[in-house]
Amino acid sequence: MAKMTLDQLRKLRESKQDDIKRRATEGKEGQIIIGMGTCGIAAGAKIVLDEFLDQFEKRGITNISVTQTGCMGLCSVEPTLEVIMPNMPNIIYGNVDKATVDKIVEDHIINKKLVNDHVIDRPASDIVGDK
Amino acid sequence: MHRYLTDYILDITQNAFEANSNHVWLKISEVDRYFRFSIRDDGKGMDQDELTMVLDPYYTDGIKHSKRKVGLGIPFLAQATKETNSRFGITSTVGKGTEVHSSFDLCNVDTPPIGDIPGTLLALMSNPQANWFECEREIKTVKGTSSYTVNKDELIEVLGNLENASNLILLRDFLRNQEDSLKDYYVKRQLIF
Repeated sequence: MAKMTLDQLRKLRESKQDDIKRRATEGKEGQIIIGMGTCGIAAGAKIVLDEFLDQFEKRGITNISVTQTGCMGLCSVEPTLEVIMPNMPNIIYGNVDKATVDKIVEDHIINKKLVNDHVIDRPASDIVGDK
Repeated sequence: MHRYLTDYILDITQNAFEANSNHVWLKISEVDRYFRFSIRDDGKGMDQDELTMVLDPYYTDGIKHSKRKVGLGIPFLAQATKETNSRFGITSTVGKGTEVHSSFDLCNVDTPPIGDIPGTLLALMSNPQANWFECEREIKTVKGTSSYTVNKDELIEVLGNLENASNLILLRDFLRNQEDSLKDYYVKRQLIF
Protein backbone atom coordinates (compact mmCIF):
# COMPACT_ATOMS: atom_id res chain seq x y z
CA MET A 1 0.00 0.00 0.00
CA ALA A 2 1.27 3.48 -0.87
CA LYS A 3 2.25 5.49 2.15
CA MET A 4 0.43 8.79 2.60
CA THR A 5 2.74 11.81 2.70
CA LEU A 6 2.35 14.82 4.96
CA ASP A 7 1.45 16.88 1.87
CA GLN A 8 -1.39 14.50 1.03
CA LEU A 9 -2.58 14.74 4.63
CA ARG A 10 -2.52 18.54 4.36
CA LYS A 11 -4.65 18.45 1.20
CA LEU A 12 -7.07 16.02 2.81
CA ARG A 13 -7.42 18.35 5.77
CA GLU A 14 -8.05 21.36 3.54
CA SER A 15 -10.82 19.50 1.73
CA LYS A 16 -12.38 18.41 5.05
CA GLN A 17 -12.08 21.93 6.39
CA ASP A 18 -14.69 23.04 3.84
CA ASP A 19 -17.03 20.29 5.03
CA ILE A 20 -16.58 21.43 8.59
CA LYS A 21 -17.42 25.02 7.70
CA ARG A 22 -20.46 23.97 5.71
CA ARG A 23 -21.90 22.08 8.63
CA ALA A 24 -23.50 24.78 10.74
CA THR A 25 -23.05 23.70 14.33
CA GLU A 26 -24.11 25.54 17.46
CA GLY A 27 -20.63 26.99 17.63
CA LYS A 28 -20.27 25.94 21.24
CA GLU A 29 -17.52 23.55 22.00
CA GLY A 30 -17.57 20.57 24.27
CA GLN A 31 -14.66 18.74 25.74
CA ILE A 32 -13.98 15.13 26.65
CA ILE A 33 -11.06 14.26 28.91
CA ILE A 34 -10.13 10.61 29.08
CA GLY A 35 -8.12 9.17 31.99
CA MET A 36 -5.09 7.42 30.50
CA GLY A 37 -3.04 6.38 33.50
CA THR A 38 -1.78 2.82 33.94
CA CYS A 39 -5.18 1.94 35.43
CA GLY A 40 -7.13 3.51 32.56
CA ILE A 41 -5.00 1.84 29.90
CA ALA A 42 -5.34 -1.57 31.56
CA ALA A 43 -9.13 -1.14 31.70
CA GLY A 44 -9.47 -0.16 28.03
CA ALA A 45 -9.20 3.66 27.84
CA LYS A 46 -7.69 3.46 24.37
CA ILE A 47 -10.74 1.56 23.11
CA VAL A 48 -12.88 4.34 24.60
CA LEU A 49 -10.88 7.04 22.76
CA ASP A 50 -11.23 5.08 19.52
CA GLU A 51 -14.98 4.65 19.97
CA PHE A 52 -15.49 8.39 20.56
CA LEU A 53 -13.73 9.13 17.28
CA ASP A 54 -15.81 6.46 15.50
CA GLN A 55 -19.02 7.97 16.87
CA PHE A 56 -18.01 11.54 15.99
CA GLU A 57 -17.05 10.45 12.49
CA LYS A 58 -20.32 8.56 12.03
CA ARG A 59 -22.49 11.38 13.35
CA GLY A 60 -20.50 14.24 11.81
CA ILE A 61 -19.77 15.87 15.16
CA THR A 62 -16.78 18.21 14.82
CA ASN A 63 -17.04 20.82 17.57
CA ILE A 64 -15.77 18.61 20.39
CA SER A 65 -12.23 18.32 21.62
CA VAL A 66 -10.84 15.08 22.97
CA THR A 67 -7.92 15.25 25.37
CA GLN A 68 -6.30 12.98 27.91
CA THR A 69 -5.17 13.16 31.46
CA GLY A 70 -3.40 10.73 33.77
CA CYS A 71 -5.06 8.77 36.53
CA MET A 72 -7.98 10.74 38.02
CA GLY A 73 -7.76 8.84 41.31
CA LEU A 74 -10.71 6.61 40.49
CA CYS A 75 -8.83 3.45 39.54
CA SER A 76 -11.58 1.12 40.75
CA VAL A 77 -14.04 2.41 38.16
CA GLU A 78 -11.76 2.79 35.14
CA PRO A 79 -12.03 3.63 32.30
CA THR A 80 -13.08 7.09 33.45
CA LEU A 81 -13.64 10.31 31.56
CA GLU A 82 -14.96 13.79 32.12
CA VAL A 83 -17.47 15.45 29.83
CA ILE A 84 -17.56 19.24 29.77
CA MET A 85 -20.46 20.70 27.80
CA PRO A 86 -21.66 24.29 27.75
CA ASN A 87 -24.65 24.92 30.05
CA MET A 88 -24.27 21.52 31.70
CA PRO A 89 -22.46 20.45 34.86
CA ASN A 90 -19.05 18.83 34.38
CA ILE A 91 -19.60 15.11 34.74
CA ILE A 92 -17.20 12.25 35.42
CA TYR A 93 -18.28 8.91 34.04
CA GLY A 94 -16.79 5.59 35.16
CA ASN A 95 -16.87 1.95 34.03
CA VAL A 96 -17.07 3.20 30.47
CA ASP A 97 -17.06 0.71 27.62
CA LYS A 98 -18.00 1.04 23.93
CA ALA A 99 -21.73 0.86 24.62
CA THR A 100 -21.43 3.56 27.29
CA VAL A 101 -19.56 5.79 24.84
CA ASP A 102 -22.46 5.47 22.39
CA LYS A 103 -24.85 6.43 25.20
CA ILE A 104 -22.73 9.41 26.27
CA VAL A 105 -22.61 10.71 22.70
CA GLU A 106 -26.33 10.14 22.12
CA ASP A 107 -27.71 11.23 25.51
CA HIS A 108 -25.20 13.65 27.01
CA ILE A 109 -23.63 15.35 23.99
CA ILE A 110 -26.57 15.37 21.60
CA ASN A 111 -29.66 15.30 23.85
CA LYS A 112 -28.12 17.05 26.91
CA LYS A 113 -29.20 14.33 29.34
CA LEU A 114 -26.91 12.58 31.82
CA VAL A 115 -26.11 8.89 31.63
CA ASN A 116 -27.00 8.35 35.29
CA ASP A 117 -25.78 4.76 35.70
CA HIS A 118 -22.18 5.79 35.07
CA VAL A 119 -21.90 9.11 36.91
CA ILE A 120 -19.05 8.99 39.45
CA ASP A 121 -18.39 11.28 42.38
CA ARG A 122 -14.91 12.48 43.27
CA PRO A 123 -12.81 12.08 45.35
CA ALA A 124 -13.05 8.31 45.59
CA SER A 125 -14.72 6.83 48.67
CA ASP A 126 -11.47 5.36 50.06
CA ILE A 127 -10.03 8.86 50.40
CA VAL A 128 -13.17 10.56 51.75
CA GLY A 129 -13.92 7.72 54.20
CA ASP A 130 -17.37 6.77 55.48
CA LYS A 131 -19.28 9.71 56.80
CA MET B 1 -0.31 -7.84 32.74
CA HIS B 2 -1.61 -5.40 30.15
CA ARG B 3 -3.65 -6.90 27.37
CA TYR B 4 -1.39 -5.74 24.54
CA LEU B 5 2.29 -4.89 24.11
CA THR B 6 1.29 -1.46 22.81
CA ASP B 7 -0.36 -0.75 26.19
CA TYR B 8 3.09 -0.90 27.78
CA ILE B 9 4.37 1.55 25.19
CA LEU B 10 1.51 3.93 25.93
CA ASP B 11 2.03 3.62 29.66
CA ILE B 12 5.81 4.04 29.78
CA THR B 13 5.92 6.81 27.17
CA GLN B 14 3.57 8.83 29.36
CA ASN B 15 6.12 8.56 32.17
CA ALA B 16 8.63 10.13 29.78
CA PHE B 17 6.21 12.99 29.00
CA GLU B 18 5.77 13.62 32.72
CA ALA B 19 9.50 13.68 33.48
CA ASN B 20 9.89 17.43 32.73
CA SER B 21 11.29 16.49 29.35
CA ASN B 22 11.59 18.65 26.26
CA HIS B 23 12.05 15.77 23.85
CA VAL B 24 10.80 12.21 23.80
CA TRP B 25 11.89 9.61 21.25
CA LEU B 26 10.05 6.36 20.77
CA LYS B 27 11.39 3.58 18.62
CA ILE B 28 9.30 0.53 17.85
CA SER B 29 11.02 -2.16 15.90
CA GLU B 30 9.90 -5.60 14.96
CA VAL B 31 12.88 -7.69 13.98
CA ASP B 32 12.16 -11.32 13.10
CA ARG B 33 10.61 -12.86 16.21
CA TYR B 34 11.30 -9.91 18.51
CA PHE B 35 9.18 -6.87 19.21
CA ARG B 36 11.42 -4.14 20.60
CA PHE B 37 10.73 -0.69 21.83
CA SER B 38 12.79 2.01 23.44
CA ILE B 39 11.54 5.21 25.02
CA ARG B 40 14.09 7.95 25.61
CA ASP B 41 13.56 11.35 27.20
CA ASP B 42 15.75 14.31 28.14
CA GLY B 43 13.89 14.93 31.38
CA LYS B 44 14.93 15.05 35.01
CA GLY B 45 16.34 11.51 35.19
CA MET B 46 16.76 9.34 38.28
CA ASP B 47 19.64 8.42 40.56
CA GLN B 48 20.71 4.87 41.37
CA ASP B 49 18.46 4.61 44.45
CA GLU B 50 15.41 5.78 42.58
CA LEU B 51 16.20 3.41 39.71
CA THR B 52 15.98 0.50 42.13
CA MET B 53 12.82 1.82 43.69
CA VAL B 54 10.87 2.23 40.44
CA LEU B 55 10.74 -1.56 40.26
CA ASP B 56 8.64 -1.56 43.42
CA PRO B 57 4.97 -1.60 42.32
CA TYR B 58 4.07 0.79 45.14
CA TYR B 59 6.86 3.31 44.67
CA THR B 60 5.82 6.83 43.76
CA ASP B 61 7.26 10.30 44.33
CA GLY B 62 3.99 11.10 46.12
CA ILE B 63 3.37 14.29 44.14
CA LYS B 64 0.69 13.16 41.75
CA HIS B 65 -1.34 11.14 44.24
CA SER B 66 -0.49 12.54 47.62
CA LYS B 67 -2.83 10.30 49.61
CA ARG B 68 -2.13 7.02 47.90
CA LYS B 69 0.74 4.70 47.21
CA VAL B 70 0.55 3.96 43.52
CA GLY B 71 3.55 3.11 41.42
CA LEU B 72 4.83 3.73 37.94
CA GLY B 73 3.98 1.37 35.14
CA ILE B 74 7.54 0.02 35.07
CA PRO B 75 7.01 -2.90 37.49
CA PHE B 76 4.16 -3.97 35.22
CA LEU B 77 6.51 -4.07 32.24
CA ALA B 78 9.23 -5.79 34.25
CA GLN B 79 6.78 -8.48 35.34
CA ALA B 80 5.54 -9.07 31.79
CA THR B 81 9.07 -9.48 30.43
CA LYS B 82 9.95 -11.88 33.24
CA GLU B 83 6.92 -14.04 32.54
CA THR B 84 7.57 -14.23 28.82
CA ASN B 85 11.31 -14.87 28.83
CA SER B 86 11.79 -11.41 27.33
CA ARG B 87 14.08 -8.50 28.18
CA PHE B 88 13.75 -5.16 29.83
CA GLY B 89 16.21 -2.48 30.84
CA ILE B 90 16.29 1.04 32.19
CA THR B 91 19.14 3.53 32.28
CA SER B 92 19.00 7.02 33.66
CA THR B 93 21.16 9.99 34.54
CA VAL B 94 20.03 12.80 36.82
CA GLY B 95 19.48 15.94 34.76
CA LYS B 96 20.06 14.13 31.47
CA GLY B 97 17.11 11.81 31.05
CA THR B 98 15.96 8.22 31.06
CA GLU B 99 15.76 5.39 28.58
CA VAL B 100 13.54 2.36 28.97
CA HIS B 101 13.95 -0.43 26.49
CA SER B 102 12.33 -3.77 26.10
CA SER B 103 12.43 -6.73 23.77
CA PHE B 104 9.55 -9.21 23.71
CA ASP B 105 9.79 -12.67 22.22
CA LEU B 106 6.74 -12.86 19.94
CA CYS B 107 7.04 -16.64 19.75
CA ASN B 108 6.62 -17.07 23.49
CA VAL B 109 3.13 -18.36 24.18
CA ASP B 110 2.65 -15.97 27.10
CA THR B 111 3.64 -12.80 25.22
CA PRO B 112 0.57 -10.59 24.75
CA PRO B 113 -0.40 -9.68 21.18
CA ILE B 114 1.22 -6.54 19.74
CA GLY B 115 -2.04 -4.57 19.70
CA ASP B 116 -3.07 -1.43 17.89
CA ILE B 117 0.01 0.59 16.93
CA PRO B 118 -1.79 3.47 15.10
CA GLY B 119 -4.24 3.84 18.01
CA THR B 120 -1.37 3.97 20.48
CA LEU B 121 0.47 6.58 18.44
CA LEU B 122 -2.75 8.58 18.18
CA ALA B 123 -3.07 8.65 21.97
CA LEU B 124 0.60 9.59 22.38
CA MET B 125 0.68 12.25 19.66
CA SER B 126 -2.44 13.91 21.05
CA ASN B 127 -1.29 13.75 24.67
CA PRO B 128 -1.24 17.38 25.87
CA GLN B 129 1.76 16.68 28.11
CA ALA B 130 3.99 15.82 25.17
CA ASN B 131 6.20 18.62 23.89
CA TRP B 132 8.50 17.44 21.11
CA PHE B 133 7.75 13.82 20.32
CA GLU B 134 8.86 11.56 17.53
CA CYS B 135 8.20 7.92 16.82
CA GLU B 136 10.08 5.67 14.46
CA ARG B 137 8.44 2.38 13.58
CA GLU B 138 10.44 -0.25 11.76
CA ILE B 139 9.85 -3.79 10.59
CA LYS B 140 12.48 -6.30 9.49
CA THR B 141 11.36 -9.76 8.54
CA VAL B 142 12.19 -12.39 5.94
CA LYS B 143 9.82 -10.49 3.62
CA GLY B 144 11.93 -7.34 3.79
CA THR B 145 12.44 -4.09 5.65
CA SER B 146 10.33 -0.97 5.89
CA SER B 147 9.74 1.89 8.29
CA TYR B 148 7.99 5.19 8.91
CA THR B 149 8.59 8.13 11.22
CA VAL B 150 5.96 10.46 12.66
CA ASN B 151 6.78 13.72 14.40
CA LYS B 152 4.33 15.66 16.54
CA ASP B 153 5.52 19.12 15.40
CA GLU B 154 5.09 18.17 11.73
CA LEU B 155 1.60 16.80 12.38
CA ILE B 156 0.54 19.96 14.24
CA GLU B 157 1.89 22.07 11.40
CA VAL B 158 -0.29 20.12 8.95
CA LEU B 159 -3.41 19.46 11.02
CA GLY B 160 -3.53 22.29 13.53
CA ASN B 161 -4.30 21.31 17.12
CA LEU B 162 -4.45 17.62 17.97
CA GLU B 163 -7.50 17.95 20.21
CA ASN B 164 -10.32 18.75 17.84
CA ALA B 165 -12.29 15.62 17.02
CA SER B 166 -12.16 16.06 13.24
CA ASN B 167 -8.38 16.65 13.31
CA LEU B 168 -7.98 13.50 15.41
CA ILE B 169 -10.02 11.47 12.95
CA LEU B 170 -7.71 12.63 10.13
CA LEU B 171 -4.67 11.87 12.25
CA ARG B 172 -6.00 8.38 12.95
CA ASP B 173 -6.53 7.77 9.21
CA PHE B 174 -2.98 8.99 8.53
CA LEU B 175 -1.43 6.78 11.22
CA ARG B 176 -3.42 3.74 10.09
CA ASN B 177 -2.23 4.36 6.56
CA GLN B 178 1.40 4.54 7.71
CA GLU B 179 1.06 1.22 9.51
CA ASP B 180 -0.79 -0.35 6.56
CA SER B 181 2.22 0.45 4.39
CA LEU B 182 4.16 -2.13 6.45
CA LYS B 183 1.59 -4.91 6.07
CA ASP B 184 3.43 -6.55 3.20
CA TYR B 185 6.24 -7.34 5.63
CA TYR B 186 4.09 -8.84 8.41
CA VAL B 187 4.78 -12.50 9.11
CA LYS B 188 2.76 -15.14 10.89
CA ARG B 189 4.79 -16.52 13.78
CA GLN B 190 4.76 -20.01 15.16
CA LEU B 191 4.26 -20.01 18.91
CA ILE B 192 6.66 -22.10 20.93
CA PHE B 193 5.04 -23.99 23.80
